[in-house]
Amino acid sequence: MTQIYDVIIIGEGPAGLSAGLYAARSRLKTLILEKEKAGGQIVITDEVANYPGSIENATGPSLIQRMVEQAQGFGAEIKLDTVKEVELEGKIKVVKGEKEEYQAKAVIIATGAKPRKIGCQGEKELTGRGVSYCATCDAAFFEDLEVFVVGGGDSAVEEALYLTKFARKVTIIHRRDQLRAAKSIQEKAFENEKIDFMWNSVVKEIKGDGIVESMVVENVKTGETTEIFADEEDGTFGIFVFVGLVPTTELFEGKLEMENGYIITNENMETNIPGVFAAGDCRKKSLRQVVTAAADGAIAAVQAEKYISEEFNG
Amino acid sequence: MIELNKENFEEEVLKAEGPVLVDYWGPTCEPCKALMPHVHALEEKYGDKVKFCSLDITKARRLAIKQKVMGLPAIIIYKNGEEVERVAESEATATSVEEMVKRHI
Repeated sequence: MTQIYDVIIIGEGPAGLSAGLYAARSRLKTLILEKEKAGGQIVITDEVANYPGSIENATGPSLIQRMVEQAQGFGAEIKLDTVKEVELEGKIKVVKGEKEEYQAKAVIIATGAKPRKIGCQGEKELTGRGVSYCATCDAAFFEDLEVFVVGGGDSAVEEALYLTKFARKVTIIHRRDQLRAAKSIQEKAFENEKIDFMWNSVVKEIKGDGIVESMVVENVKTGETTEIFADEEDGTFGIFVFVGLVPTTELFEGKLEMENGYIITNENMETNIPGVFAAGDCRKKSLRQVVTAAADGAIAAVQAEKYISEEFNG
Repeated sequence: MIELNKENFEEEVLKAEGPVLVDYWGPTCEPCKALMPHVHALEEKYGDKVKFCSLDITKARRLAIKQKVMGLPAIIIYKNGEEVERVAESEATATSVEEMVKRHI
């Protein structure tokens, strides 16, 4: 017979690991399921400067490594398996992975979000060929070349700053006339001589034969389009896209209440199904950061423990 | 896994007989590092039919760009000196790489 966990946590980013740490610390039998690799989005971030108390020069990977060790230290079990289906309605929840089937009294969904695409022509074909969503992965290709960063939020501007360590010139293309990033990050960008801005602009098309060679940019105020070509000697340039997130919640469509793909919870991280909680970026909320993901995870675990003791031990 | 560099790429990949898999990676690419053990496991399974190689792009950037690789991770299968298929970036997973390998053996 399949063993029954107290809590299954789907996702091993900051929300899932924090939930795992709190649940295991409460002596709940805890399983964390991750499909590919620990960490979620933060693991591809070079510098984590805004997580309270994070060590000097903390990187995404170093922070996540510590969270993993901490959760495992308290007894959380971590397995690599891709969840294919969930049955959440019953008193015992069933989580079906590619490798195994798991059962639990409560489920915490911490599946996070992935980068949103521009959605323009040529983007898909040229991904990995000049179009990138991961600066720490791909910056090294663009040593002394030109790069464009699309977006105006924290991620876009921080990654633009990171890219100045490699690229000859970094141009931020933003559809508004001012940045949305935190003021301290903006100041760094405005002071950086390598960073230039194209305001009120959106990318309409990306072109190239096997690698990026040009792109068409539209000024949203005037409707005017311009084609930007790679410097002849370079032959190519980079386009790094940071235009927001899409929640990873396809598995729960039609099962849980959602808004624009984000799972709706109350302040106790409870979804509309008893015993099912959501935490982190996959949940409808106002601020998606490591610190809020960790907080969500802690709340979800504590509430899951309360739910289990009321429903199963009462 | 054969470690590739500027000197041996042509010999080991382009002039090789039979299918050659090249795992393009970089030391700051976390998704690459997460994928690498899965590729090693595939080598255990399919190593007799496919030659498994890896290339650190920070040591051969121009070579990678010449192969039209500008994003990591990128796993490419070559036959007779030509690229026949690749999976890259977020689409490169343990499952998608194995499926690609199976198509070329």
